[in-house]
Amino acid sequence: MNSATSATEAATPQPVVFHWYEAEVVAVEAVTAFVKSVRLRCPIAGRQRAGQHIDVRLTAPDGYRASRSYSVASVPDDSESLELLVQGLPEGEVSGWFLETAEVGDLVEVRGPIGGSFSWDGADGGPLLLAGGGSGVVPLLAMLRRRAQVAPDIPAALIYSVRSRAEAIALGELEARDRDEPGFSLFLRTTREGEGRRIDAGLVQAALDRIGAPTKVFLCGANRFVSPAADLLLAAGVPAGIVRTERFGA
Amino acid sequence: METRGFTGRRQPPETGARLPPGQYLTEDFPILQIGPNPSVDLATWQFTLRDGSRPIKTWSWEAMRALPRTTWHGDIHCVTKWSKFDTDWEGVSFDDLLADAGISAPTDFLLAESHDDYSTNIPVADLVGGQAMIATHYAGEPIHADHGGPARLFVPHLYFWKSAKWLKGLRFTKTDTAGYWELRGYHMYGDPWREQRYIGD
Repeated sequence: MNSATSATEAATPQPVVFHWYEAEVVAVEAVTAFVKSVRLRCPIAGRQRAGQHIDVRLTAPDGYRASRSYSVASVPDDSESLELLVQGLPEGEVSGWFLETAEVGDLVEVRGPIGGSFSWDGADGGPLLLAGGGSGVVPLLAMLRRRAQVAPDIPAALIYSVRSRAEAIALGELEARDRDEPGFSLFLRTTREGEGRRIDAGLVQAALDRIGAPTKVFLCGANRFVSPAADLLLAAGVPAGIVRTERFGA
Repeated sequence: METRGFTGRRQPPETGARLPPGQYLTEDFPILQIGPNPSVDLATWQFTLRDGSRPIKTWSWEAMRALPRTTWHGDIHCVTKWSKFDTDWEGVSFDDLLADAGISAPTDFLLAESHDDYSTNIPVADLVGGQAMIATHYAGEPIHADHGGPARLFVPHLYFWKSAKWLKGLRFTKTDTAGYWELRGYHMYGDPWREQRYIGD
């Protein structure tokens, strides 16, 4: 074995094994017309890195099961619970249950946290450039909450594209962070109200000018947001190797 | 453990029979990857078959396009739980690739390697006999970069993360060697019908 191989193996993460655990709904609260904050008390709470997701599984009386993945919005704390921000979809088998049925005391199952490549912690450093479309902001919100907790000096910017202010998730929190946290800037775009503008080269450049050359970049949202956002970032000179994406839908 | 008030949305029987456990049917073609699409230029595109570190054969785009063509019609299944029915793919079968290289598989395993430094492991037994191809066309058109074009691995009987996008080569390995997602908790084999999503499933 040559030394290069040894170095690679030394850096290799150990395989992770996921098990299902029971989780109890301990709080449910509407945050927009389509999104609910759901707090789950479960044994995997506190293990997540910001940006990771968990699988949630529901079981019907006849044993039929359905599971979906949700980003964790909260950062580890002493509550033994974690927060999901679930966007209810009209045809959503699992999200529909969260939106219309879930109450405190209900039981579901969870496993994870999953998804190490789309995650960040203070030791990973910055500047940190985040761009989210719609509910794609949730893992990025977790990163900003973590930054405030452990690394408030790291420059960070969030480009957030939503249809309207009313549909924006955690807008109050994000605007408060923009106001109160030196080094964090929010760049909000509403595509269906006001000037109705999407992410563009000017906005990307403004974010880059504010934080300096990023070393970590995370993009999350529907593909119709993430693809153009990734192209704009690369065109602005951001190296492809530091960009991580998470996409959903078509 | 039962979840109060959850009944689930059963698929029609003819759909349900085609869906592996835990999957749901989508009409979209969702896109999942770790980063931006790498830029891949057909003029300089190369595909290399390796035995460990030793190159066996390298194909240019023109040389790959000159190999026998294989088509496949059927269903694909992603570990993120969507399945898509009745998809059509075209490319060069793994068997034809080995024949053109004039070899039989030197080991029982390989790593598919991509332009974005992604990799994934597949047993050779799951690639031979018409089970896999280097796909260049989807639904009659060149595969869009969003879906892994110009060329991706295509192994439809395994979860779709095994069908590596932006493929640049295949590397035979002596042992079953975990790739990118397999190192991060995904199953080493990934059979949708046994719901092998993660290690331990």
